[in-house]
Amino acid sequence: MSDRVYKILLGVVGGIFVLILVGFVVAMATQGVPAFSKLGFSFLWSSNWDPTHNHFGILPFMVGTIETTAIAVILTVPIGLGTALALAYLAPRRLRAPLGTAVELLAAVPSVVYGLWGLLVVAPFFRSQIEPGLSSVFGWTGLFGGANEGVGLLLAGVILFIMVLPTMVAISRDVLAAVPHDQVEGAMALGATRWQLLRKVVVPGARVGILGAFTLATGRALGETVAVALVIGNSTHLATSLKANAATIPSLIVSTFGEATGTELNVLFTAALVLLVVGIGVNVLARVFVRSVKRSGAESVAVA
Amino acid sequence: MTTPSDITQTIGLTTQEVFVAQEPGTTKVMGLEDVTVTFRGRPAVRGVSFDAYEKEVTALIGPSGSGKTTLLRALNRMHDTERTAAVTGKIMLGDTNVNDRSTDPTLLRSRVGMVFQRPNPFPTMSIYENAVAGLRFNGVRKKSLLDEAAESALVAAALWDSVRERLKVSASTLSGGEQQRLCIARALAVEPEVLLMDEPTSALDPIATKRIEELIGELKDRVTIIIVTHNMQQAMRVSDRCAFLLMADDRSGELIEYAPTSKLFSEPDDPRTLDYVNGRFG
Amino acid sequence: MTTLSFDSSLDPILSRRAEIQKIASSSVKRRRVYSRIGIAVCLLCLIVACIPLLAIIGYTVAKGLPAWNSAFFTKNMLPEGIPGGGLYNAIIGTVIIDAIAIAVTVPFGVLGGLFLAESDGPVAGAVRFAADVLTGVPSITIGIFGYIIWVKNFGYSGYAGALAIGIIMVPVIMRAAETALRGVPINLYEAGLALGARKATVARKVTLPVALPGLITGVLLAVARGAGETAPLIFTIFGNQFLQTNPSKPMEALPIAIYSYSSQPYNDLIEIAWGGALLLMAVILVLNVGARLASARLRRERR
Repeated sequence: MSDRVYKILLGVVGGIFVLILVGFVVAMATQGVPAFSKLGFSFLWSSNWDPTHNHFGILPFMVGTIETTAIAVILTVPIGLGTALALAYLAPRRLRAPLGTAVELLAAVPSVVYGLWGLLVVAPFFRSQIEPGLSSVFGWTGLFGGANEGVGLLLAGVILFIMVLPTMVAISRDVLAAVPHDQVEGAMALGATRWQLLRKVVVPGARVGILGAFTLATGRALGETVAVALVIGNSTHLATSLKANAATIPSLIVSTFGEATGTELNVLFTAALVLLVVGIGVNVLARVFVRSVKRSGAESVAVA
Repeated sequence: MTTPSDITQTIGLTTQEVFVAQEPGTTKVMGLEDVTVTFRGRPAVRGVSFDAYEKEVTALIGPSGSGKTTLLRALNRMHDTERTAAVTGKIMLGDTNVNDRSTDPTLLRSRVGMVFQRPNPFPTMSIYENAVAGLRFNGVRKKSLLDEAAESALVAAALWDSVRERLKVSASTLSGGEQQRLCIARALAVEPEVLLMDEPTSALDPIATKRIEELIGELKDRVTIIIVTHNMQQAMRVSDRCAFLLMADDRSGELIEYAPTSKLFSEPDDPRTLDYVNGRFG
Repeated sequence: MTTLSFDSSLDPILSRRAEIQKIASSSVKRRRVYSRIGIAVCLLCLIVACIPLLAIIGYTVAKGLPAWNSAFFTKNMLPEGIPGGGLYNAIIGTVIIDAIAIAVTVPFGVLGGLFLAESDGPVAGAVRFAADVLTGVPSITIGIFGYIIWVKNFGYSGYAGALAIGIIMVPVIMRAAETALRGVPINLYEAGLALGARKATVARKVTLPVALPGLITGVLLAVARGAGETAPLIFTIFGNQFLQTNPSKPMEALPIAIYSYSSQPYNDLIEIAWGGALLLMAVILVLNVGARLASARLRRERR
């Protein structure tokens, strides 16, 4: 094969690959747009989902997506950051690598296994222990009304938290460990305690990368499908309590797609398009953050 | 309110020390007795004894591998985080044995500051926040004290005039030499009794190096300085006393000679010192 | 005594030193306690993070192992209520779909990796960007893409599933291949070219063999990623209770079988779901550990 042909072959492969992404977005857009011509834009903020009467309000699912993601992220950020600090600086040296690998392997467990485990193991535990406890302690907030079913918003959020935690931990640990050692020594030599040097020097030094980790974790939580579909209870109504059944955009799509036809199918495509656009946006943002960390790291070496 | 007698008690000075602290070279600030640093049981530098005096600059010189930096880092317990490292011997700072387990390393480091080979200001903090970082670490919250100490330290580091208008700007906007002076200011702001400098000009250009050297001469009235340098001329220019270390046959560093700088460079007692000093110049 | 102390307080440096040291020593206890609490909280977080790992692996093994009997591996799925079924059709379906996906994506991904490793222009930038975006896009949208371009035209089939899984695997292989190929010492590459060999020959005879462990790592990770995906398959292969080895027809796969059995009210089906989950998880963890070992070996050899 001559160099020319070889070069063309590689270029074609690269080109095809870019075309796949472009085709992906175009295909999703062409399938997602017809819903607007049939329904206008109001279905985006209507909360009435009733396919038999041609009502397709997807607000409950957007809200459900935001709520489950919020629960997951609120739990993931502090716990993930603490775990990352422990793995990068605090845990006994001999345990750091094996524990880090273990947490990373959590990311490899298929989401359907999380869903199965959440539905069959965690949901009964939530029903009998966690939910009654939360209701009696925090009942006054009004967040925990309704029956204890196990499945629902809260369980979906908690399972998502467990699923996105490895992402948060692995990236945060890497960026925390990448904070130059002379910064750490500089703080130490000024009389900082270990905690002070972590809080005032190491965490601020890694903040952009941590933001990237947070963004990627958010993206994962927004798009997770089968695990959520198994543990959220799949209700088409706006949830009034954290214990209530709900649905997210991905769980709506996966649970109704099989029987959907006509306008309903168009609406599901639109919902998927929204998901795709948000997913691409979140990823681009996260990569900008993580990349700028690498670049600024390289710069600080060059300056010194 | 702090009464004057409280102060003398807190800083551990006896009245006598305060009284004689006028003449350079008379008050011992830090004393090393038979100090050995080992890594994984193997000595990197061993059996070092010398004293550092107030209002003086003591230089540690010697070829690479002679354990200068290793020794210096023992003086403010920087080896604590390295599990394989062990320091034996006595390192006295006033009445405190630095190397004693009961000595709190964070408190010790507020009394013994350090400046590193490469400028390492905190890039996420402003110039002002860098200058007061040590004070904040040590629990100082009083705004007036922070401001006063920051200004005094930045003035002493010959940085005040150029940064007074941009104290809120990130420290990473400064040049390399300015960054190193900020690091000196940062160490000075805590008002340490001893300032350790580990080849502070090795990452700087000649002009920035000259400024730092001038600074060292001005600072010694304020703080006792112990400096590691690989540069003979620099040791001659800035130091009052010199400790010459050399790697022995067992690959660990030992102190060959400790003397006033002028003597060590002109008529050392040990032939090896003479060889080294001459070799470097010749 | 008094006059001498007065002396020291006259010197602003000495008096400030005294004040700072006083604050430092009076706050050191508090700072030390805070530090201990902070560190303890972080270690607690680490423990909290490890609990789900132990729990999910422990439960899956404990519940899944009893399901592993000979019927599980040799019998097809049976309608609910009829005992004695297995996941044979799902296992075979997964093997076929993933094999097709691997057969297509490995050469494609390696060529793409060569392209990325050998070029730095805006096109390579676009390809790299596309790969990074595709890795992070919600996998359900990839399933729907497969539905739109394949199922709408040719119907549900194993090929459509392989397409969706392939789209998930390609960027992983490509980026891993790029990293592995860029790690090949440049002088090896240039020595090959200097001998007059063509670029394609150098790639085939020199760079690809040297980068092989890195390529294997990438492929293993990609397969682990693709094999565990459920959502993309739901929209492409549909599911099939019977054994189907023709990939142009609707097929069954392990993730789909687990998904559909897990919410069934029949204990024997749920037991089979656990067995399937254990099988899937074991395969994927083994692939991941294998990938780690391959890259660890690579790092050792490079040293």
